[in-house]
Amino acid sequence: MKDLATGCRDVPLLRERGQREVFCGLTAIVWLHRKMQDAFFLVVGSRTCAHLLQSAAGVMIFAEPRFGTLILEETDLAGLADAHDELDREVEKLLSRRSDIRRLFLVGSCPSEVIKLDLEKAAERLSARHAPGTRVVNFSGSGIETTFTQGEDACLAAIAQGLPATEKRQLVLAGALPDVAQRQALDLLERMGVGPVAVLPTMDAGDPLAVGTNTVFALVQPFLAETHAALVRRGARHIPAAFPFGEQGTTAWLRAIAREFGVDDATFETVTAAPRDRARRAVARAAEPLSGRSLFLFPDSQLEIPLARFLTRECGMRAIEIGTPYVHRDIVGPDMELIADDPVFSEGQDVERQLDRARAACPDLTVCGLGLANPLEAEGLTTKWAIELVFTPIHFYEQAGDLAGLFSRPIRRRETLRLEMAG
Amino acid sequence: MKLSVWTYEGPPHVGAMRVATGMTGLHYVLHAPQGDTYADLLFTMIERRGHRPPVTYTTFQARDLGADTADLFRTACQGAVERFRPEALIVGASCTAELIQDDPGGMAEAMGLDIPVIPLELPSYQRKENFGADETFFRIVRALAGPMARTARTSCNLIGPTALGFRHRDDITELTALLGDMDVAVNAVAPMGAAPGDIRRLGQAHFNVLMYPETGESACRWMERELGLPYTRTIPIGVGACRDFLDEVSGLTGRPPRLETDRLRMPWYSASVDSTYLTGKRVFIFGDGTHAAAAARVARDELGFEVAGIGCYNRERARMIRALARDYGVEALVTDDYLEVEARIADLAPELILGTQMERHIGKRLGIPCAVISAPVHVQDFPARYSPQMGIEGANVIFDTWIHPLVMGLEEHLLHMFRDDFEFNDAAGATHLGHGATSPGSGGVTCESSRETDRRTGGAADILWLADAETELRKVPFFVRGKARRNTESFAAERGLTRIGIDTLYEAKAHFAR
Repeated sequence: MKDLATGCRDVPLLRERGQREVFCGLTAIVWLHRKMQDAFFLVVGSRTCAHLLQSAAGVMIFAEPRFGTLILEETDLAGLADAHDELDREVEKLLSRRSDIRRLFLVGSCPSEVIKLDLEKAAERLSARHAPGTRVVNFSGSGIETTFTQGEDACLAAIAQGLPATEKRQLVLAGALPDVAQRQALDLLERMGVGPVAVLPTMDAGDPLAVGTNTVFALVQPFLAETHAALVRRGARHIPAAFPFGEQGTTAWLRAIAREFGVDDATFETVTAAPRDRARRAVARAAEPLSGRSLFLFPDSQLEIPLARFLTRECGMRAIEIGTPYVHRDIVGPDMELIADDPVFSEGQDVERQLDRARAACPDLTVCGLGLANPLEAEGLTTKWAIELVFTPIHFYEQAGDLAGLFSRPIRRRETLRLEMAG
Repeated sequence: MKLSVWTYEGPPHVGAMRVATGMTGLHYVLHAPQGDTYADLLFTMIERRGHRPPVTYTTFQARDLGADTADLFRTACQGAVERFRPEALIVGASCTAELIQDDPGGMAEAMGLDIPVIPLELPSYQRKENFGADETFFRIVRALAGPMARTARTSCNLIGPTALGFRHRDDITELTALLGDMDVAVNAVAPMGAAPGDIRRLGQAHFNVLMYPETGESACRWMERELGLPYTRTIPIGVGACRDFLDEVSGLTGRPPRLETDRLRMPWYSASVDSTYLTGKRVFIFGDGTHAAAAARVARDELGFEVAGIGCYNRERARMIRALARDYGVEALVTDDYLEVEARIADLAPELILGTQMERHIGKRLGIPCAVISAPVHVQDFPARYSPQMGIEGANVIFDTWIHPLVMGLEEHLLHMFRDDFEFNDAAGATHLGHGATSPGSGGVTCESSRETDRRTGGAADILWLADAETELRKVPFFVRGKARRNTESFAAERGLTRIGIDTLYEAKAHFAR
């Protein structure tokens, strides 16, 4: 039984193995490349990888993108030495054509991991060859190792590992955010007198970022477990907090940082009072259709636990099951503490069994991936597709109302439509 | 290794999924790592299917690789059969599982299931989606179909439509009607809508209609050889092709060809005066080989366009497209490299692109209108309305959808008359270009991009435009300006001129006038 003081922090997890209906880590490239505008993400993989990236990025304009897939062919599988030569040659061609590329990420995939193509070695070799113009870093986005947002985690961890050292006292915000949300966070921190603040990842390779023992860091995304570990290894210290979703989450997150930097209560109040009030009013309005409704979250991005905290604490929903690919209690513990009812926390997935549970529970709102949403709608459930939550600005005060709106819109829509007459 | 930025086709197992998802009563057990389930959303989102594709993924992870991925496969297979109770099972591997060599086919056969198990060998590192669909359907037909007594009434099978096909849903309806008018019944449609039981009775038909060679040709060939079912070669897209198709059906059945033309508006629309302006419009055609070839004939013979270039992304149709290009006096482009297609379009500067969703994006960037004629598909390619490509209504639909992105005749005339008025100036953009257009005062992105095209396609770096000629050129409406610039430059180059003045511009205009 859960302890009232610690909420759901220590609840046992339902762990399942089976078919997982999730993206692999390569998908993160779709937003990472926009966040790092001088970077190219080169997946070493198969046609499946290329097709996934294109399908996941289905809303994108087909310009010449800053990502691509080096598709392995039969001959590459035969000899690894030749594969390295091929890789060098293709990178050479790419960099000579795209002189704007300062950072090149070699991204491992399922096939490249299975044939044990050593991309770390390749990155070292290519980095030496193309220095100082272009830095080459590798990380894995393979489905056998990473789920969806873990691709960003692997990328940021790889960057963190290679950062220069500094003894400067500073705050690092780790996690890729849409510009609008990032600007708001930096503005709030600056007005509280917190600084200097650096962001991981940086927009350009030239932006200075270093890390060391006087660095403290806050995560803006809950899926950054490896990045967390990499920063700690570099001597930095984590500021644990609930994640900045909704008015309460943002306040808790900011307050933890403010405390670390000795910001007094009056200053904190002055800076946050107006946006907090706006956020509260916006959430109250947008969340009205959510109040008292039940909620079932399928695992997707690891945002599930903080979002369930927001939806139960700030929007009045009742969580039935909170599914998430992985639970890192060190990171999402503060959010779990704030979840009051007694939902099932499930980690991993057997999608068929989980669908059985969802059907039996008949939730008012099901948050799930795109592969499940229409089939569940056709069965009569109301769904919110989860991928929108990683592509839309949802962090901090000014987006709190939008975040609630993302969940209430499907419910409002179902109530608005009078299709029984049309059908 | 080959760098790919955007792909026209997915991997072969996605082709197998298109077959399985189109069918009923069939289940696909796919040995694949976590993440390959992304393919489900192609069907549930793009095609808006209300059911998940009938696919079970074994979902192995790194830690399973050292242990027992084979056992994972057996468990998934057993679970899928118990839960979904399919009439038949197809089993195979995705690209990663192919590398670990677990032999899903052999394992599934050894499990002693009481339903047919059809193993698939789809070489992920050599072949692509269309091959995967064609091969999968062929394997299913070979495993299940056999010789049977023919139906009393003359009947045929419609072969090739799959899930996620370009207008397959509506083409089936249209062809069924077209054949019905000749009193030919449809015995079965497959893979789309067919259960394993329907595949078993394919041999009852008198012949096959091969709708899409990309996905149905191997099966048709096998049925011709093994079941004695001849199949049609003409793809009935466009009026001329419909007539040829019905002649072919007539040859196979002995019935007189009959085309119900009551609903056929396309020939008159094309002959009517408003369409005069379509004459000689230069079009670039790119898609799967079958749709590209059909489009070329319609474009030249039924709309009076000039085919400026043609190509396809599937190498399986390369020979056919190359031969066709020779007939049309153009160079064929056979490539799955999107950047190559873009470069060719920029180079040819056509007035209309008939392509895939990917060429639609190229068109947007270059300021060239585009109509979509082929897969790969997009949610837009599954309209709520009836919208076939084949048959009578298909011809009508093609007229509308290809002409829509162009300026209509009368409208073009008026634009010319009023081109100096503020509503029609360059910066106002073009309302008919949809997304590519800009609203008045927003900066004229369309014009910028077409100027970009002008520069890139000039191909005459050593020819200088004098200021007055440049100003005069600006007065030409933006949608034909690229052509005017190109013609003038080639006119100048042919005559060894290095400078273009107003006179050169008008000399060239007179030279190219038709």
